[in-house]
Amino acid sequence: MAPDSKESIEAQPLTPAAMVALLALIGVVLLFVAIVFVYVGGWLSPHRLTQDRMMQAFQELDGAHPGFRRNHAKGMCVSGWFDSSGAAASLSKAAVLKAGERSAVIGRFALAGGMPFQADAPGQVRSMALRFLPAGGGGEWRTAINNIPVFPVNTAQGFYEQLLAARPDPSTGKPDPAAMKAFLVHHPETVRAGALINARVVSSGFADSTFNSLDTFRFVNAAGVSTPVRWAMEPLRPVVTEAAAQAARTDKNYLFDDLIAQIRQQPLKWRLMITVGRPDDPTNDATRPWPVARQRIDAGTLTLDAVSSEDGSGGACLWISYDPMVLPAGIEASDDPILSARSAAYARSLTLRAEEKSQKAPSAVTPQEVRALLAGGKP
Amino acid sequence: MTERQPRPSQRQPQFPAISRLLHWLMALMVLSMLFIGIGMAATESPRYHVLISIHRPLGISVLAVVIIRIVNRLLNPPPPLPAGLPGWQRVAAEGSHYLLYALMLILPLVGWCMLSAMPYPVVFAGSWHLPAILPPNPTVYAWLRQTHTVLALLLFLTFLVHFGAALLHGLVLRDGVLQSMASFGRSRRQRA
Repeated sequence: MAPDSKESIEAQPLTPAAMVALLALIGVVLLFVAIVFVYVGGWLSPHRLTQDRMMQAFQELDGAHPGFRRNHAKGMCVSGWFDSSGAAASLSKAAVLKAGERSAVIGRFALAGGMPFQADAPGQVRSMALRFLPAGGGGEWRTAINNIPVFPVNTAQGFYEQLLAARPDPSTGKPDPAAMKAFLVHHPETVRAGALINARVVSSGFADSTFNSLDTFRFVNAAGVSTPVRWAMEPLRPVVTEAAAQAARTDKNYLFDDLIAQIRQQPLKWRLMITVGRPDDPTNDATRPWPVARQRIDAGTLTLDAVSSEDGSGGACLWISYDPMVLPAGIEASDDPILSARSAAYARSLTLRAEEKSQKAPSAVTPQEVRALLAGGKP
Repeated sequence: MTERQPRPSQRQPQFPAISRLLHWLMALMVLSMLFIGIGMAATESPRYHVLISIHRPLGISVLAVVIIRIVNRLLNPPPPLPAGLPGWQRVAAEGSHYLLYALMLILPLVGWCMLSAMPYPVVFAGSWHLPAILPPNPTVYAWLRQTHTVLALLLFLTFLVHFGAALLHGLVLRDGVLQSMASFGRSRRQRA
């Protein structure tokens, strides 16, 4: 058997200089691989917007509240069910939207911001977070929706810069108006969105608020046709504008306490309204509303008939991360960059608060308060 | 040095073709997983969603392939290391191989347990899900999440040692160990 050329090279003994050179080469190759790994991990990029930096910005704005969500920190659990009308089933094959499908729902009402003990106030953004589990199996769906018409920013970087601009100045304890002004100069989309957000009708409570997806998603039907959609939960009860006297109440939890009292009287209902986008509607910009003339579909009815504190045995929502990217087959993400950023941030927030579980203070709305109100008393 | 005794490269038998195929497939998958994993934990950009959408099904695939590899290793044992290899290198080689197998098996299982405890659905593709294998539990989740990172970093370091040793065998020792896995020519075993 004639040795091939490679084997004849192998048979040549190495000179010491060649050996040193080859060892050095191996070292350089390994170092290069390690540096690429470290770079991908963000350790060489002090300006990359990572989950750590986003969490840090929340803490600088709202303070450290171990064990709580980094955003929408003040909240309360609700539960009930969703009955699908089937009207959206031609657009999405999701089990949760099939005609006649009933899904169990574990939800959470909350106020935006990382302050778990903030006093309820009319201008504060209200949120409804929902986890749907279809009775017949099939994919789980989570959504976290807000009572504003559009989102104030359209990128994760914009969101981060807005948090930083609103940070309190350590010397005064108040935000620096110049910082926010400078932020708005560079973010005209936030100025436009802010005008729409400020012009919204603020209702009397959670029960008569409309909650919007803000971000765009895509419905995919059995034939594979993909349609851009946004959605909203619209209250069945008539909307009552928030009265000035209401906000003047001394009860720091008046929005949550009203909700408890209302659910005690009767289950609360919302309609899931799907807005069907057209090809030229903005899908990657949550600051821009879609034209009002878009087709809207009544996809079903949400009924919430039970309420409980986050703490205690009833707090089924406490450890659910309402990550908007937990989607069933038939509902997909759009090219909206906010969705990816929310998913990344929600998962990190869950990790941090799970690590801090033993340090968590009692939530603002306590089991005692809920029990007292459900018994017909005062908080 | 010039008297380095027998250069056994011609006699170093190769891994069977199926073992080589599984090894290189796994190498590609594991390296992708490590870089995707470390990258997705450090970005708020749209890349996060792209990376995590690959990471979860790819992790499930790693678990499937490592089980196939373990069965294959039992059916097709690896060729013996060169006879002249010093004892400590023998221990290091076998130890690092067992560590690699253990991590390739445990990391996806920790990921699966972690998602179960979060609780997040464990989606392979579309409506094809894996069941939760742990009840929801934040304390268990926090522990598993940290374990996932620590084991992934350990796997990366073990990979570096493995890669460095492969290059050392191929470039410096030239004892046929690298060729037993990395040569795609006809099997030496067949030629012998």
